[in-house]
Amino acid sequence: MTDTLYRSQIQPGHDSFAQTVRAEWVKFRTVRGWVIGLAVAALAILALGLGPSSQGSCGTNGPASDCTQPLGPGGEQVTDSFYFAHRPLDGNGTITVRVTSLTGQIPDFSGGSSGPQTRSGLVPWAKAGIIIKASTTQGSAYAAMMVTGDHGVQMQYDYTGDAPGWAGAVSAASPRWLRLTRSGDTFTGYDSADGAHWAKVGVATLTGLSSTVQGGLFATSPPYWQASGSGTSVTGGPSEATGAFDHVSLIGGWSRTGWTGTAVGDAGGPAAGSPGGFQDAAGRFTVSGVGDIAPAVSGAAGLGVTITQTLIGVFAGLIAVAVVGAMFMTAEYRRGLIRVTLAATPGRGRVLAAKAVVIAAVTFAVGLASSAIVVTVGQRVLRAHGVYVWPVTALTEARVIVGTAAVLAVTAVIALAIGTILRRGAGAVAAVIVVIVLPYLLTVTTPLLPAGPTDWLARVTPAAAFAVQQTLIPYPQVDNAYVPSAGYYPLAPWAGLAVLCAWAAVALALAVWTLNRRDA
Amino acid sequence: MSVPVLASGPEAGARFSAVGTRPSVTALRAEWTKLRTLAGTWWLLLAVIALTAAVGAGAASAVTCQAAGCGQDPAKIALSGIDLSQAVVAILAVLAISGEYSTGMIRTTLTAMPRRLSVLGAKAVALTALTLAAGAVGVLASMLAGRLILPGRGFTRLHGYPPLSLAGPDLRAAAGSVLYLALVALLALGVATAVRDSAVSIGLVLALLYLFPVIASALNPHWSRHLEQIGPMSAGLTIQVTAGLRGLPLTPWQGLGVLALWAAGALLAGAAALCLRDA
Repeated sequence: MTDTLYRSQIQPGHDSFAQTVRAEWVKFRTVRGWVIGLAVAALAILALGLGPSSQGSCGTNGPASDCTQPLGPGGEQVTDSFYFAHRPLDGNGTITVRVTSLTGQIPDFSGGSSGPQTRSGLVPWAKAGIIIKASTTQGSAYAAMMVTGDHGVQMQYDYTGDAPGWAGAVSAASPRWLRLTRSGDTFTGYDSADGAHWAKVGVATLTGLSSTVQGGLFATSPPYWQASGSGTSVTGGPSEATGAFDHVSLIGGWSRTGWTGTAVGDAGGPAAGSPGGFQDAAGRFTVSGVGDIAPAVSGAAGLGVTITQTLIGVFAGLIAVAVVGAMFMTAEYRRGLIRVTLAATPGRGRVLAAKAVVIAAVTFAVGLASSAIVVTVGQRVLRAHGVYVWPVTALTEARVIVGTAAVLAVTAVIALAIGTILRRGAGAVAAVIVVIVLPYLLTVTTPLLPAGPTDWLARVTPAAAFAVQQTLIPYPQVDNAYVPSAGYYPLAPWAGLAVLCAWAAVALALAVWTLNRRDA
Repeated sequence: MSVPVLASGPEAGARFSAVGTRPSVTALRAEWTKLRTLAGTWWLLLAVIALTAAVGAGAASAVTCQAAGCGQDPAKIALSGIDLSQAVVAILAVLAISGEYSTGMIRTTLTAMPRRLSVLGAKAVALTALTLAAGAVGVLASMLAGRLILPGRGFTRLHGYPPLSLAGPDLRAAAGSVLYLALVALLALGVATAVRDSAVSIGLVLALLYLFPVIASALNPHWSRHLEQIGPMSAGLTIQVTAGLRGLPLTPWQGLGVLALWAAGALLAGAAALCLRDA
């Protein structure tokens, strides 16, 4: 008679990481409350993003009320409003002028109640100079040499191109000579102090020009803005710039018809909507204009909203995800399951890693699906309600969606790690919310502090991660309040997410350390 | 042979009343003992004081006022630590009840004191007293910090800002901030009594507090004004405002009243759940 030893029918385990992950996944999906928590997160993101949050007037009062911004040659949205004293140029040619002054009018808010007065002054990017442009249509290609309020002589072309020339302010005692030469599609700008010695400022190649283009003198002045005394809000209004020119000389294929004055894209100035104008007094010209020739920016008084607007529900989602992430660990301590878990998988770091993988993957998937729906459908809902939504490239849209899902996933991992450290659900959830949502509240929603400390908060706190949702580009050649509350974050999109990941890495490292050091 | 019979019914009550205390006082004493003997309570109260004062002092040293009429609100800046310390108060309040559920202590509590409403009432009183005390210390410290720091940041009489004092609107802002913390504690206690789980309760309470202003910012002015009127944090914190009151959607005391309504509603929901449910 032989004794047969009992052998388990189960194959010996490989004790692999994949098995630990599988075990944690089974735990996750079998707890109804956690699945409900993630469903709440997804529903909150969808409901708040798709609800009729704002009402605009674009396109709701007939075709004439359509909100459109001109597009530049590069397809970007541009501002193209200025006063233009122009004549046709056929073929190659050169225009040379001397600028003797640049003056202007800006709103004055010191008066108080009786509405904004104006006083003399210049905004930093007030511009006057010479321009050669494909046509007087907004958004057409151009190259220009100009004097500016604060930035000296500049050569600018096709809205985003910018090359600095001679610095310093223009005056009658220190005039600036400007020259712009067309040779085919190549434009070259020069500046000079005396009209004899010329320095090249920049070269631009414009595409799609016909033989006949419009060239001449221009002036324009972007809206004035100032931060309130506290630096937390912005007031402003239109401004006007006036340039004085003489020694105008034209060489090449210029028409002999004389100058035509056109207010390109009439923007309306401080003096009861004056579009500017020009005067010719025996070879001495003055040109006044309002507006800007630059990439369009969304600022305090900017038009419309960005696609980030549709993601407002992410904050509710973040809180739900933080609760689930923290409970994924604290529930084990509360029920004593942690002892079984650690008996089955003695590698404690591995348990935490498996939990992190599971919670990150699940919240990433839920976040990806809900933010993809809410961004693509939500912007249609906004447009249907007459709100102007800034168009973005497909790549930017994808980055916003993936980035938002990543913010949710990394937040869940931080909650898991803090839950491991504190072992208490309430403390862990409160800590996560306080470090992520509260800085956002203080930097973006209701900035209480001036720009400096706000900027600092938006760089180092986990709320820096919301930079991944930004779609607006700050341009140095446009003066604007580039602050988080206007949609401009101090960090680049992925750098902001990296800050959150660094927080998660520190939290996870601390969690592994406490988990290994402590009795379960 | 006689079997000793366990005292029950009215006799047991008679034994307690022999000590000469009323049941509500007994309940209060029991809750006070529980709250006071938890190590976490004192750390959390300390955190309330420290965070209120530290954030307030930090904000006061970050702002500047360069000219007269710089549109700032010094009292609100000095008291901005409340934005953060209310989260700690919420943790304290949530743990006061959900801690009992997670350890099973609630069954002992309700066996000893079968009148469930007095248990909740006693908890509310003990919690309010502790929050008021810690809040008062924290608020006084931040007002003192503001009084010392703000004049150096340009908040001078010349620019139209007398130093912070405990009189007039500044007193209202300071005392109201202490009351605000107590009302947040009651709101959190009510929510946690209804929900029982600590993590879910704190998530709900902080969502109620922080989400209204975030979502209001994304809506058009009409709706955002309404959201600011009904949000417990945005409405309640109007009690801190001492400048530009005319532009507010609510007067300061109305705002605190909105928070009081939220707290009352949460306590009612908690009381109903406590009375109707098995422990």
